[in-house]
Amino acid sequence: MIAQPKTVQHPESGASSPLSVRDLTVVYREKPALWDVDLEVPAGQLCAIVGPNGAGKSTLIKAVLGLVPVASGQVRFFGQSLEQARKRIGYVPQRGSVDWDFPTSALDVVMMGLYGRLGWFRRPGRLEREAALRCLEQVSMSEFAERQISQLSGGQQQRVFLARALAQNADLYFMDEPFAGVDAVTEEAILHVLHQLKGQGKTVVVVHHDLQTVRDYFDHLTLLNVQVIASGPMDETFTPENLKRTYGERMRWEA
Amino acid sequence: MSDLLLIFTDYTLRNVALGSAMLGVVGGVLGVFAVLRRQSLLGDVLAHAALPGICLAFILTGAKAPLILLVGGGLAGWLAAWLVLAVLRHSRLPEDSALGVMLSSFFGFGVALLTFIQHSNNASQAGLDQYIFGQAATIVASDVLNFTVLGGLALLTVGLFYKEFKLLAFDPAYAHSLGLPVRGLNTLLTSLTVLAVMVGLQTVGVVLMAAMLIAPAAAARQWTDRLGAMIGLSALFGALAGVSGALISATRENLPTGPLVVLSMSAILLVSLFFAPLRGLVWDWARTRQHRRRVYLERLLLDAHVLHAHGTLTPQSLAERRREPVAVALQNLEALRSLGWVQEHPQGFILTPTGEQKAHELEQAMRVLLHRVEGSS
Repeated sequence: MIAQPKTVQHPESGASSPLSVRDLTVVYREKPALWDVDLEVPAGQLCAIVGPNGAGKSTLIKAVLGLVPVASGQVRFFGQSLEQARKRIGYVPQRGSVDWDFPTSALDVVMMGLYGRLGWFRRPGRLEREAALRCLEQVSMSEFAERQISQLSGGQQQRVFLARALAQNADLYFMDEPFAGVDAVTEEAILHVLHQLKGQGKTVVVVHHDLQTVRDYFDHLTLLNVQVIASGPMDETFTPENLKRTYGERMRWEA
Repeated sequence: MSDLLLIFTDYTLRNVALGSAMLGVVGGVLGVFAVLRRQSLLGDVLAHAALPGICLAFILTGAKAPLILLVGGGLAGWLAAWLVLAVLRHSRLPEDSALGVMLSSFFGFGVALLTFIQHSNNASQAGLDQYIFGQAATIVASDVLNFTVLGGLALLTVGLFYKEFKLLAFDPAYAHSLGLPVRGLNTLLTSLTVLAVMVGLQTVGVVLMAAMLIAPAAAARQWTDRLGAMIGLSALFGALAGVSGALISATRENLPTGPLVVLSMSAILLVSLFFAPLRGLVWDWARTRQHRRRVYLERLLLDAHVLHAHGTLTPQSLAERRREPVAVALQNLEALRSLGWVQEHPQGFILTPTGEQKAHELEQAMRVLLHRVEGSS
């Protein structure tokens, strides 16, 4: 009834593209959440996915990561299947997707990013602690390492999630609304990390909601509203015409 | 004291206490995951659903060997959990409805089977109804051995998959993105909860079992912010309740062990809810009160400061400014004086240097706050 994403190699797509999506369709109940999405993400760039509420931005990330069932379509990472490329992919879910009253510390959460590499039955030890601490440092959170996570501010929680993904040491990152509702310090910290990752030649795909900042923060833009409206380099794609087609005529556009 | 010693000498009591303690430990550990994953009710369904399984096991084998009945109960509980998940996946029934329906269906079926068995004139059926509310007094050494094997298996597995279960409880979607087999781990954790229920069937029975899963974990959460410590404390509380319940029921005739174990556990939970540092309600109230009092005194100081600046800080002027009786104003000035913020003066009162400095700091802080409110609007 529900097909898993197929893992055939498309001859025309370059094998090195970090993310290549073809004909991806996701259906919740009767209504399609994503329809026939094609997407090529260029390597080593900061890529934004932008669109109105309910456009399927988060669904797109979840679908390519295999977190929601896919009706049809193919997804390749660096020319490989999800299973083959798993260790090269990092994920920052929405902050609101977990219960922050969970009895654990910031450092513990960051160490979860290493669980995939640790394998079964092995517990994180000194090496893992040190690696996690370095990741917390990258988001200026070392002093909160032992803090119970519910005692962190929303922005600090977001930075913990970011540090957890950094601990995965991936080549391709997916971030779901990392800038949503964070303070200025956190916004700076996230931007700093994004540029660091880019400097290391990594690719980052970010679901973003703020049209005011999207041009300054990202190199590549995908406008999404169930279908891909436009996708390409920021300068060519961020046009009033494309935005109108994505958000509809009645969008209030403050330049 | 003599009762306490009985636990070492009295054969029956020792088995009952050991069995109850075992239940407390296993229920406590598995309960932590159930509570953190907001699946406490699933534990209740597992427990209630064991009843028809026990009855069917008896009908099929005709024997009352406890282990066979426990396995029957466990299988039925497992089936109920699987059905709940299937219903949730394929229907639009809300979770609480699915759980409620499954619980009452299985339990109703169990009671029907029990009545059928009791009217079948089978002499060996006597005592099968003990599994509804438990009858710890029937626990013998071989039962304790069964509990130890079942419980030990559950605890060992939790130890092996500790970090996976932790991530599963905190952030299942992320666990999935790391490539962990989330569905398999879910099934495993549910199966371990079934083992815990099997340990509890003879002691507290299907109706009260959920308390031994939920209460120790809920109590432990009050005392710590670390998962490892929470699991340890939960096991300790469960064991404590098990032994206390067994001892208390041994002090008098006709005191049932299972309900007393559950009541002991409720007492521990109640104490934890009220008095645990950090999360206890009593400290919460105290902190709120203290905070209110501080804000009250700070407002008071600011009023006094305004009057002081005009050179007329008297009980009368303060009463007028704050629209309060002079008697209250006097009390307020006394409160400020005991803080060392004001002192008496021939014309009434004046602020001390400490009071002036404090008032300045408060005004500064207020200005920043107001500025921020204006800035954000």
